[in-house]
Amino acid sequence: MSAVSISKKDIKTIMKSDQTIVKPAAAVTPPVAARPSMLALKSRAFFQWLLPPVFGLLLLVAIWALISYQSPNLPGPLPTWQAATELFSDPFYINDPNDQGIGWNILASLERVALGFGLAALVGIPLGFIIGRFQFISRMAAPVIGILRPVSPLAWLPIGLLVFKAADPAAIWVIFISAIWPMIINTAVGVSKVPQDYMNVAKVLNLSEWKIVTKILFPFVLPYMMTGVRLSIGVAWLVIVAAEMLTGGVGIGFWVWDEWNNLNVEHIIIAIFVVGIVGLLLEVALTSLAKRFSYE
Amino acid sequence: MEKTAQEKINLQTRYVQLENVNMTFFTKKGTFEALKNVNFSIREGEFISIIGHSGCGKSTVLNLIAGLLHPTDGNLFCAGREIAGPGPERAVVFQNHSLLPWLTCAENVHLAVERVFGGKESKAKLAQRTQAAIELVGLAHAAEKRPNEISGGMKQRVGIARALAMEPKVLLLDEPFGALDALTRAHLQDELMGIMAKSGCTAVMVTHDVDEAVLLSDRIVMMTNGPAATIGEILEVDLARPRKRLELAEDSHYNHLRSEVLKFLYERHARKAA
Ligand SMILES: Nc1ncnc2c1ncn2[C@@H]1O[C@H](COP(=O)(O)OP(=O)(O)OP(=O)(O)O)[C@@H](O)[C@H]1O
Ligand SMILES: [Mg+2]
Repeated sequence: MSAVSISKKDIKTIMKSDQTIVKPAAAVTPPVAARPSMLALKSRAFFQWLLPPVFGLLLLVAIWALISYQSPNLPGPLPTWQAATELFSDPFYINDPNDQGIGWNILASLERVALGFGLAALVGIPLGFIIGRFQFISRMAAPVIGILRPVSPLAWLPIGLLVFKAADPAAIWVIFISAIWPMIINTAVGVSKVPQDYMNVAKVLNLSEWKIVTKILFPFVLPYMMTGVRLSIGVAWLVIVAAEMLTGGVGIGFWVWDEWNNLNVEHIIIAIFVVGIVGLLLEVALTSLAKRFSYE
Repeated sequence: MEKTAQEKINLQTRYVQLENVNMTFFTKKGTFEALKNVNFSIREGEFISIIGHSGCGKSTVLNLIAGLLHPTDGNLFCAGREIAGPGPERAVVFQNHSLLPWLTCAENVHLAVERVFGGKESKAKLAQRTQAAIELVGLAHAAEKRPNEISGGMKQRVGIARALAMEPKVLLLDEPFGALDALTRAHLQDELMGIMAKSGCTAVMVTHDVDEAVLLSDRIVMMTNGPAATIGEILEVDLARPRKRLELAEDSHYNHLRSEVLKFLYERHARKAA
């Protein structure tokens, strides 16, 4: 039996090396020492996992730098970075209601999204269950959803302003109406996909409607529902920026508009990154939440 | 009103009764007459097997008795009452076990226990019933496992435990061991025989397996091929109980009964070449 373990890679490096013959020591070390430790393996796997996304981001920055080099109006990565460090050195100041730190603006937007999205979940998920469960109601809802869903979210803003007579509830209303559809539809699809076998069990056991919902429908539909929730929060975050641009006040969308009026392009670019990163964080948080709830 | 002696005897000999049952399915492609003029009755405590070629309508008969389907024509009775829908006095063991994957084995059984005895008994008594049912099928060690963590044979046992825990009057089994390997199947058949002897409840089992039918049943209902399938013959299995599979293998009467079923299936009602 050979006491020497040489991986394919090792052989390749040895073959390529000019000093192959002069360096036999590496190949003769006992197997225990030659085998990379667990920690080394893990950290290597980690870097392999990390490398592609880092390359992607670097490429993005490189393209951005290139474009900004060509067009002098667009600030490049470096000035933007400087502006960002300055901006985030004091994110929570309040000079006057219309001039607050970026932190407050992000929080204001998140609050609107949470409210509008929360209300949408409160209404949309039970509605999805009912639509999925009862054929008649599903047929009833189909044309309504069919007509209302494709409407651009901002088209609902005037209605909101008219009804609520204030900008803030109107913005929340827009979030609500655009975030509700994915939750209704995905929940209903999930309910309609519950295997007949499970429903037969429910029938033979003569389960009450409440037990059917809690013991069969809900656990089965949960993954579908979480998909709806994830899509919804994406839409909500997408829409809030646009809605706030129109309604004004405090919020990341309004902030972008304000900086545009000040012709502070660095800040607009920062805002784009902030919106993107917050959206990504929301998505990641909900995905991990969904994983926790799935039964498999 | 007091039941007359005659009525009591009727109930015993016709515990479950199917009268001129017709079943036609209305599908998008048109109508399909699955069953025509099905008539038979089951005595209390009897073990009946339904055997027939695939697609002849065995599951349909079972689902009709379960109340999961309604006949297009004819009447079904259980314990003297018309079968209007599913009910806990007719428990079903499904072909594909149909356990809820997000509940543990014990929770799956408990769902049934809770439904049947909820309201009437204390929580401790309910938990005890669940425990007893799990132990009856020899799964105490796997009670807290999820269905996807146990073998096919164990899942089927949980399905049986769930049905038995309801203390049904009639146990309906749709090819309960169809998906299992021969060894596990033989083992579970023996267990089922023991359980049925203890509980004394009436059972209807759909099967493809001739040996299984002869070994377990008091009578074998043999169905003709569909469409418009009906009952071809009913074979009385007058073998003494308890039955031992090894002894029966050499028993001439057992082999005679077995060949009767085979002749029905492969001579008189052979499946038309598919
Ligand atoms: N819901 C339904 N709609 C339409 N046709 C059906 C329906 N259920 C059953 N059938 C038809 O009725 C016939 C009998 O079906 P059934 O499931 O009872 O057969 P089976 O004897 O149990 O077959 P297998 O042994 O393969 O399980 C089949 O031809 C089937 O296609
Ligand atoms: Mg079948």
